[in-house]
Amino acid sequence: MEKRVFFKGWWLPALLVAPQLLISFVFFFYPSGQAIWNSLFLPDPFGLKTEFVGLDNFRFLLSDPYYLASFKTTIIFSTAVSVSSMALGLYLAALADRLIKGAGVYQTLLIWPYAIAPAIAGVLWLFMFNGNIGLASYYLKALGYEWNHTLKGDQAMFLVILASSWGRISYNFLFFLAGLQAIPKSIIEAAAIDGASFWKRFGTIVIPLLSPITFFLLVVNIVYAFFDTFGVIHTITSGGPEQSTTILVYKLFSDGFVSQDLGSSAAQSVILLVLVGILTVIQFKYIERKVHY
Amino acid sequence: MVEKKKSGYWLTHLGLILGVLFIFFPVWLTFVASTVTQDAIIYPPLPMLPGTEFFENYANALFKGSPEGYGAKVPVIKMMMNSAIMAIGITVGKIIISLLSAFAFVYFRFPFRNLCFWLIFITLMLPVEVRIVPTYEVVANLNLLNSYTGLIFPLIASATATFLFRQFFMTIPDEMVEAARMDGCSPMRFFFDILVPISKTNIAALFVILFIFGWNQYLWPLLMTTDPDMRTIVMAIDSMIPTGDDYAHWPTVMATAMLAMVPPVIVVISMQKFFVKGLLESDK
Repeated sequence: MEKRVFFKGWWLPALLVAPQLLISFVFFFYPSGQAIWNSLFLPDPFGLKTEFVGLDNFRFLLSDPYYLASFKTTIIFSTAVSVSSMALGLYLAALADRLIKGAGVYQTLLIWPYAIAPAIAGVLWLFMFNGNIGLASYYLKALGYEWNHTLKGDQAMFLVILASSWGRISYNFLFFLAGLQAIPKSIIEAAAIDGASFWKRFGTIVIPLLSPITFFLLVVNIVYAFFDTFGVIHTITSGGPEQSTTILVYKLFSDGFVSQDLGSSAAQSVILLVLVGILTVIQFKYIERKVHY
Repeated sequence: MVEKKKSGYWLTHLGLILGVLFIFFPVWLTFVASTVTQDAIIYPPLPMLPGTEFFENYANALFKGSPEGYGAKVPVIKMMMNSAIMAIGITVGKIIISLLSAFAFVYFRFPFRNLCFWLIFITLMLPVEVRIVPTYEVVANLNLLNSYTGLIFPLIASATATFLFRQFFMTIPDEMVEAARMDGCSPMRFFFDILVPISKTNIAALFVILFIFGWNQYLWPLLMTTDPDMRTIVMAIDSMIPTGDDYAHWPTVMATAMLAMVPPVIVVISMQKFFVKGLLESDK
């Protein structure tokens, strides 16, 4: 779609797009290009000179058991976060949608955690599960269950998934509620008159009609779990114990800034760049579909 | 609605209330912990009702920092100022550059317009985390470490807002420009007197989303700021949490966590209508 009526001249629009183009070049294109360029080189241990190594950094990474383990951790983590927060969001949205009055009140009560930073969410859950003083670990101990996420990898994983999903429920709730409210009530009523039970209606009408929004949320939640959860992991586990919660972006951070392994971290950037690129393309296919309804 | 069974109605409420409790519980505990004494926390279990130290703990956190333990003696008020400056800088900066470029893309024909559009478009959705190491080097080379400029500008480079304004401008009837041009209105006059005022709701919606995005930044300020005076509250909380054998003055830490949450939560609740609109339309 294009406007038929427009203003003349070229220097004014050039001036208008200049700030955004400039910022994009300095802080986006140049660094991204730099990441791609650096991924082809290997600096010597003293940082004095670099040597062109072609795709060796990638070859090394993809045969590095730690990196592959981090890939697996990321897949488990992002699947768990996306599925659990979407399931709870859908459940609460479906309940709120049943109410004629009061849905707005519940919406207010449920959406505000969106405003809580992942790092702060991490602190809240860390406090609850702290081995010495946490309320949750205290009662778990009373029940005879030994909680120590600083030593046990699966408990650490559970905790970062819990903290990451908790803050994400509100986002999914809001989208599902909007999706549910957009379904015409007449369709549901017609099915009810024909004798379809609540679950039958939910399974055969509501879920299919929600599938575009579900798909969109899945992509967005995966991107969230890939990147925005850095704060949760950094505050709760710092990737440990024994790298059991080191997701890709955390590995990029610890290799690039903590170990200063520049060739490898650049190659990791490029791999993440490609992954996000794929997710973006998938999402745009969806947005296009939405526009052309 | 279809069903009118009484039991189903109460079960619906019960389910929702359980959800609300699950959402509120960690924050409630944090609030309780921020109002009690250190002793009430280090000898568990923590009481379920607030204590009497509310003013003491918050005054400590804001103006003096923890009295003892890990990360002590760093007042939070300065960090909250830094967070506010960063959040508002990102929000205002992003809205201004996006309004300008969306205006140019929709209302002008100029050479390389499509190329420019695609260049900006590509920046959509690619988070700063992915290109974090080279971005850090750029900012370091520009001598912008430990500065507000360095905190703000790299996070402005994203096209979401431009895309949103472009979509909105497309829906404005052409007659509006025609009439304005007929009356001899210059492009910038059209922009300031017509376009910006009718974009008010969209600007408000983006304001909420971007303010939260800016306030909650974590990794970028963590790398950028080595000077304690430049730290933001969300990143600084990490340096207050003890690791290993260190100990912390928990009431102050938890008061700090509350203070880090309150501003964005207030923005969301007080601008809920815009927030919902912004979230559903822009995402991010």
